[in-house]
Amino acid sequence: MRLEDLLRRSALAHPDTVALVDGERRVTYGELEAASDSLAVSLFSHGVQRSDRVAVLMDNGVEPAIALFAILKAGAVAVPVNPALKAEGAAAILADCAPTLILTQDRLMPLCSRAQEAAGGVVPMLAVPAAPEEAAWKIALPPAGIDIDLAMAIYTSGSTGEPKGVMLTHRSMAAAADSIAAYLESRSDDVVLSALPLAFSYGLYQLLVTVQTGGRLVLEKSFAFPHQVLERAAAEGVTTLPLVPTIAALLLNLKDRPALPSLRTITNAGAALGEAQGAELRRMFPQARIFAMYGLTECARATYLDPRDLALRPTSVGRAIPNTEVYVVDAEGRRARPGATGELVVRGPHLMQGYWRRPEASAAVLKPGANPWERVLYTGDLFRADAEGYLHFVGRKDDMLKVRGEKVAPAQVEGAILGCPGVAQAVVVGVADPVLGTALHAIVVASDGQLAARDVLRHCARALPDHMVPRTVEFRAALPTTASGKVSRRAAATARSEVMR
Amino acid sequence: MTDTTSRIRAFIVENFLFGDDGALVDDQASLIDADLVNSTGILELVSFIEAEFGLSIADPEIVPENLDSVARLAAFVERKVAATAAADA
Repeated sequence: MRLEDLLRRSALAHPDTVALVDGERRVTYGELEAASDSLAVSLFSHGVQRSDRVAVLMDNGVEPAIALFAILKAGAVAVPVNPALKAEGAAAILADCAPTLILTQDRLMPLCSRAQEAAGGVVPMLAVPAAPEEAAWKIALPPAGIDIDLAMAIYTSGSTGEPKGVMLTHRSMAAAADSIAAYLESRSDDVVLSALPLAFSYGLYQLLVTVQTGGRLVLEKSFAFPHQVLERAAAEGVTTLPLVPTIAALLLNLKDRPALPSLRTITNAGAALGEAQGAELRRMFPQARIFAMYGLTECARATYLDPRDLALRPTSVGRAIPNTEVYVVDAEGRRARPGATGELVVRGPHLMQGYWRRPEASAAVLKPGANPWERVLYTGDLFRADAEGYLHFVGRKDDMLKVRGEKVAPAQVEGAILGCPGVAQAVVVGVADPVLGTALHAIVVASDGQLAARDVLRHCARALPDHMVPRTVEFRAALPTTASGKVSRRAAATARSEVMR
Repeated sequence: MTDTTSRIRAFIVENFLFGDDGALVDDQASLIDADLVNSTGILELVSFIEAEFGLSIADPEIVPENLDSVARLAAFVERKVAATAAADA
C-alpha cells in the first residue's frame, strides 16, 4: 500500500468529512485529495521527477499536509524539515539530500534562502498557496510508483551531530501506521489534536494514522499558549492528545484547566513520562487511556504499554507494537536474559532501508537477523526486560541526550561553542530538568578572560535550534581528561553533579 | 519608549537573545513567529512579569493577544497595573 492511497481511500469513502483543522480553516478529505492532486501537477511543472527529493519546510498546518501528499502522488521522496532548525541545521539537510524543489511558506522564505546559501546550492522555492484552488476536473496523474519505493527521508541527528536521512518506503510507513492504529484502536470519529511538528516522526504519524482511519486532525503550531490550545481542544471535542513529557509538564502546570470530556486517548513518546507525571495525568483525565510508548525515527514506533498496565508498571514502555518483535541483546549480540541490560533490537515490516547515502552508518545499525533474508534494527538504546517481557529504558549506548523529547548530540553543541571567539575548550553535559527532561550545561575553558556566559549563549542561539542552546554555562580552568588525554564527558558530568550536591 | 516597554525589552534581550538587541527591532512583531521565544520561554516571560510588576497572571490570560509582542506585553502589563491600582483604591 502506498501512503497516498490511504488518502485516496478516505477521500473516496467520505469526501465531505473534515480531515484537517488549522485555526479557522477546515479542510475535508475531498479537498485534501484535490489540493494535493493539483499541487502534484505543479511539482511536475517545476521539474520534479520520480524519486527526486522535495523538501517541505513549513509550520504545522494544512499546507504541509497537502505538500506531503502531493510529493508522494508525484512519485517523489518527501523530506520534511523542521523550521525550528536554524539556517545551518536546514542547510546540512539540504546539502545532504539535494532536493529538486523546496516547498515552503512566505514567512520561512528568508530562512530557506539563508539555508540554501549555506548549503551552497540554489533550487527553486515554492510557497504553497494558502487557499488551494479546487480542481474543476479530475486530474489524471501518471503512475507514482509501487510501495517498495521510498516515500520519505526523515532526518535525525547522528551522535556527532551530522544529520542522517532515514529512508522509509511507502510499505514500511504504511505498516507502522497500521500497527499504531491497531493498538490505539483508532476510529473514524477520533479527533486528534497535535502540536508536534510534522517534520518529527511522532507528529507525522498523527497525520498518517488519522488519514488512514478517516478521523480528524487539529494541527497546532505550538504549545506555547497551553490554555488556549486546551480551549480549542474542548471546542473541537478532541478525543486524542499526543504528548511529549515537556508538553505534559506545560499541561500539568495549568491551574485553571478547561475540561476535555471527550478525551479518551493520551499518548506519550519522545522521552519517558515521569512516574509522577503519569500518575497526575491519570488523576486529571481519569476517563482517558494513557499509552506510554517508545520509538525512533528509524522504525517510527517500537513499543507501547497497554494503558491498563500503567499503574502497575509506571516506568515501563511495554512490549512490541503489533506485527513486530523487539528483544534485548548482550554485547555479543545474543539474546539477553530477563533482567540483564543490553541493546534493544527491533524486527518487523516498519524498519527503515538505511540512511540516505551512508552505507557504513546504515550497516552499523541494520544487521543480519535470524532469517537469511532479513535485517534487524539495532536501536542504540539500552533496555532491560523483566520476566514477563516488559521493557524498561536504561540509557543510551552513545552520548546522545533528549531535550524536550528531541535528540541532541553533545558533540554538535560543543562544536558550536568552539566556534565562539574566546573559547578554548568545551564539554556539554545533561542535567535533569522537570520541564525539559534534560537541560544542557556547558563547561567552558576560555582563552579570553573577558568572555561571559551570555557571549557563549548568544553565539549558540545564532547557530543552533533553541532546544540545543545550553541553559547554563560554567567556566573552569581546565576540563577533566581521560588517561589518554581526551576530554572526558563522563568525568565532567560527575564533577558537575558534585558541584550541585 | 515607556518605562514598561524598556523593562520588558531588557528582559527579552538579556534572557532570550543573550544581549543581542539587534535581533529585536520591531516592538509589534510576533515573538513566536520570529523564533525569539518558545513554549517554555513563555513560562519564563510570565514569571518575570509577575515578579517585576507585582502582578498575578491567570492561565486564561496567557494568550498571544497579551504576550506575543513587546507592544502587546507592555499594553497588557499597563492594563493589569491600572486594574490592580483601581481595585486597591
